[in-house]
Amino acid sequence: MGILDINKLSLREINNTLQGSDDNSSFSIKNPKGAHALAVGINKNINVKVLGSVGYYCAGMNKFSDIKIEGSAGPGLGENMMSGNIHVTGDVSQYAGASGHGGSILVEGNASSRCGISMKGIDIIIKGNVGHMSAFMAQKGNLVIFGNAGHALGDSIYEANIYVAGEVASLGTDCIEKKMTKKHRSNLENILSNADVSDYYLDNFKRFGSARSLYNFNVDNAKIY
Amino acid sequence: MCGIVGLFAKSPQVERDLGLHLSKMLVSMSDRGPDSAGIAIYAKPIAMKTKITVQSQSPEVEFPKLKKFISTKKEVSCSLDTNSSHAVITLDVKQKKLVTELISDAFPNLRILSVGKKMEIYKEVGKPNDVIERFEIDKMKGSHGIGHTRMATESAVTTLGAHPFSTGEDQCLVHNGSLSNHNSLRRELIRKDMTFETENDSEVAASFITYRMNGGQTLKEALESSLVELDGFFTFLVGTENGFGVLRDPIACKPAVLAETSDYVAFGSEYRALTSLPYIERAKIWEPEPATVYFWGH
Repeated sequence: MGILDINKLSLREINNTLQGSDDNSSFSIKNPKGAHALAVGINKNINVKVLGSVGYYCAGMNKFSDIKIEGSAGPGLGENMMSGNIHVTGDVSQYAGASGHGGSILVEGNASSRCGISMKGIDIIIKGNVGHMSAFMAQKGNLVIFGNAGHALGDSIYEANIYVAGEVASLGTDCIEKKMTKKHRSNLENILSNADVSDYYLDNFKRFGSARSLYNFNVDNAKIY
Repeated sequence: MCGIVGLFAKSPQVERDLGLHLSKMLVSMSDRGPDSAGIAIYAKPIAMKTKITVQSQSPEVEFPKLKKFISTKKEVSCSLDTNSSHAVITLDVKQKKLVTELISDAFPNLRILSVGKKMEIYKEVGKPNDVIERFEIDKMKGSHGIGHTRMATESAVTTLGAHPFSTGEDQCLVHNGSLSNHNSLRRELIRKDMTFETENDSEVAASFITYRMNGGQTLKEALESSLVELDGFFTFLVGTENGFGVLRDPIACKPAVLAETSDYVAFGSEYRALTSLPYIERAKIWEPEPATVYFWGH
């Protein structure tokens, strides 16, 4: 396992090493101390463990790699992720998993506002609470919230499933509660099992999604123009 | 962008090293705003005394004159400590009004940055490290303090445009964000006899809070009013005689992190600002909720 120490190497050296490594290699990053843009743009099937909390934009654009952060993450974790997995043992700040196309993010603590904004296929599991405007304009994928959700959950959502075990402060425009069918129960079970999460009670979860009333122009509004 | 930091001491050790801790915190936020930097520090008060912090563009000329002027005025008893472009006048609390008027009349170019029993404000154009070295902020002691490093967006890079802005005696504010209705609010406050020295939006926020508190609101109420009256993005850190308060607007896109241990409460724009603090790995760390007033007092 390669050890990359931020006290000794520049951010660029660390990211170059990760991006240029061979598949199946493993790295530990020491002393992150809230550094920005760590482990971004990885396009290899590698294993990265970050020993501490990170700042903005960690693991952005991730493809294939497994990244574990033993601490908390600042704003923009795993932005535009394509595949692979991110596991955060602490909390995450704003817009975690924004516009993610694939892969999964597991957060053991809380996520703040705009979690999964514009998500496009990613699975995001938050063991704690999420802040306001989460899954705003979500297009595809699954946002699983074990705790409570802040205001305007799923505002202007296109398609995507939001599963919430706790309370929802309020739903955003065009987001409604939907029936938890057999298909959705098994979908949720798969997502959680893929992330090695087993400590849950399926019946606690409610499903929310799009009412699809914003899909087409409402002719009654024509007179406004 | 801007970076803001704050530290509230709960132990004598942190009080003793307050300037040092705050300096490290502010320097770590340098790349969030390299234009100007400032700090408000709350030092031990002296019985029956208060302090006026003044700033001069030509301290080598004005401060000796000010010292002479003070010594010739037999009706007032005050002392003057100069620190680069700033000077702290310590005076009898009963003579506050008299001294302020005397100085304003005799030295119209001198800027009064703060008045208070505990608070001193130091701010200048330049990077945090330059400003800290200039005033030797790392050697200062105090019960709490707040700091700011500025990336100017809507008004000029000047000493007066730097934060903190005093919002009244022993009160000040630092701001990360931008207000969109500051011009109309400034006009409204001018009609209510508030005065302004800059075109800065944060000065309007400071003045708004002062105005509301002069009208009888508590700090908490004044901050809650700003959620209604101020339009824009903001994270505020407000220093008072006894502690500091934090407020984020309801959208809360401007970052904020809080940390608490048995020795201190610390605020930073980012976690990076907190990493130099003692035993930070054992601290409770969280992101303050939007539209919620937080306050810690001694």
